[in-house]
Amino acid sequence: MGDYDSIYGFAAVGLTIFPTDGLSDEEIARLIRQTSEGCGIIYMTESLMERMKNELQKYQDKISPAIIAIPGVSKNTGIGIRNVKKSVEQAVGSDILFENK
Amino acid sequence: MATQVNPTRMELTRLKKKLATALKGHQLLKNKRDELMRQFMDLVKENMDLRVKVEKEIKEANLDFVLAKAGMSEQVLKSALMAPKQEVSLEITPKNVMSVDIPTYQIKTRTQDPSDIYSYGFAFTSSDLDDAVTSLADVFPDMLKLAEVEKSCQLMASEIEKTRRRVNALEHVIIPETQEGIRYITMKLDENERSTQVRLMKVKDMMLEDAHHYSERS
Repeated sequence: MGDYDSIYGFAAVGLTIFPTDGLSDEEIARLIRQTSEGCGIIYMTESLMERMKNELQKYQDKISPAIIAIPGVSKNTGIGIRNVKKSVEQAVGSDILFENK
Repeated sequence: MATQVNPTRMELTRLKKKLATALKGHQLLKNKRDELMRQFMDLVKENMDLRVKVEKEIKEANLDFVLAKAGMSEQVLKSALMAPKQEVSLEITPKNVMSVDIPTYQIKTRTQDPSDIYSYGFAFTSSDLDDAVTSLADVFPDMLKLAEVEKSCQLMASEIEKTRRRVNALEHVIIPETQEGIRYITMKLDENERSTQVRLMKVKDMMLEDAHHYSERS
């Protein structure tokens, strides 16, 4: 899921793609809700993930779907790495593993 | 003490039972937390390594796609990838790790050969597109692994947080409060017993005094 330019290649590998160009936040939220019922993994470009951060929080504790950030063609924010660090912080209390990365 | 307890024997028995359960629960939860933490540490390191690797590879693949796009018209590119040959279906089996359900994924591809990914004839597309599609197909197994590991990490992290809170609540609130309650009741009961005893002794003295009139004789 993400802007068309970043994701169209994944169609070739066999994934279903959902371009979100020109969609409003509510439309994307609805799209995520619908796809989350049928998909186990949603790969999402970092820029879209950053945009829909609040909406995605409710999927965090569910076993399915796993929403995974992937870098897009542009506007990468590093949210993927940040999320891993956030997990460590949540579990340990402070980021003791990847402070320097 | 914050809560008021009734100084009765029944309450004392109840509190003692509660303390025993709390101590046992505390020990168990503490063990659970430690084990979860150990597994989480291994997993999160793997997660970070995989993420760095996958991000790097996807960025390279994206670059390939940009190249491919530059080499041919958008219509040709779109029509080449419009009808994908390959389709992936995913099977999720939950695996229980210390009461946390983490997903494990198995994929099934539509065609027998997973590398059968070129959904277009080679006549009208550039070889850059082939490279791009191949590079993406190479990343895909790692992406799948990443999804599995990252989701597991997220689920475990929230479970660890919950367990840690429970352990702390038991250790610093429930157990001291119950111990304090038990101490209070024991002291109160002892005090009652002593005062009853003193009262009885006094009454006995008074009764003896009434019967024998000791004070008048001396």
